[in-house]
Amino acid sequence: MNIIVFGCGRTGAALALHLSPEHKVTVIEQNPEALRRLGERHGCKVVVGSGIDEEVLMRAGIDQCDTFFAVTRGDNTNLMAAQVAQINFKVPKICVRVADPHRAEAYRKLGLFCITPSALMAGMMADWFHDTPYKPIDEYNHLPDYLELK
Amino acid sequence: MYLVLVGGGNVGIQLAKRMLAKGHELILMERDPKRAQRIATVIGEDSVFLGDGCEIATQKAVGFARADVVVAVTGDDEDNLVVCQMAKQLWDVKRILARVNDPSHETIFRHIGVDLTVSATGIIEQLLEQQIADDELIPIGALSRGQIEVVEVRLSQRSPATGKQVRELTLPPQTNIVWIIRDGQGMIVDGSTVLQDEDMLVAVVPSERAEELRLLLKA
Repeated sequence: MNIIVFGCGRTGAALALHLSPEHKVTVIEQNPEALRRLGERHGCKVVVGSGIDEEVLMRAGIDQCDTFFAVTRGDNTNLMAAQVAQINFKVPKICVRVADPHRAEAYRKLGLFCITPSALMAGMMADWFHDTPYKPIDEYNHLPDYLELK
Repeated sequence: MYLVLVGGGNVGIQLAKRMLAKGHELILMERDPKRAQRIATVIGEDSVFLGDGCEIATQKAVGFARADVVVAVTGDDEDNLVVCQMAKQLWDVKRILARVNDPSHETIFRHIGVDLTVSATGIIEQLLEQQIADDELIPIGALSRGQIEVVEVRLSQRSPATGKQVRELTLPPQTNIVWIIRDGQGMIVDGSTVLQDEDMLVAVVPSERAEELRLLLKA
């Protein structure tokens, strides 16, 4: 499968390295310095630039992309890149990292698969503490009731 | 009318000043505390809200729900996009305008339902293109304190003047085509000269007649 990972922070780099042995992975990163996180011998294609820039996405092969991950530190950057991939390039599978749980919830309602790292971690830690088996990833995304939207 | 502006850069501040002067109720959201403070001295404390316009809590606090218009004018397209999208989807704001910095992003803004996008880059690009477009008068000099203009026009296939003899054109009074550059060669023009596609004409025209000349040559 053709996979694009936008954002080469710790998450993006680890994800790219997880997937690159079996898939064609392209990493998009604005800061060339961050690419060192991939190490010396990685099998990823690397494109320097911003994933909200269509020309950069084209260079990364977005027109052939099966799955797009937007995992930079910027929620809005991720959300915009994901929607450019979804709407302009019809990428079938998209995963967005959104740190703000409220914003993530709003975009889930629009049909984007958003992962909120803090919610995921808190939920998994609680399960670990209670000795409950871990759940499918979606279930950790649900906001606790006290975090009301409006 | 209640307006919410997101982004306290130059565009946001100038816009806020003008809309306040027209008597509208307005809040300008700015997330940088120092900048927000500075803006308060310009447009008044009551019209500035310190906070991130992309967060639901701050959107609630300034009253996105009762806003007639939300205008996203930060310098970052991704922030403007998210503000607009949340205004529309979450708060059902009737009119949403956005500043778009990269003109190629305009399609995605339209797609998510932004009513109007304004791209300064796009506008300037269009103006530049007009400047160098075929059949447009390009001023290359002014005589007699600007009352007489020397202009250059590059003829296209579509220009009504192409294929005609100069004497067949009804030029405006006191107007003359004085020179043609064809295939890199300059030539003097007389009434029998036949104008061709890609000719570069140099004409002298009184400034108040320039528009007539433009219409005569324009496709």
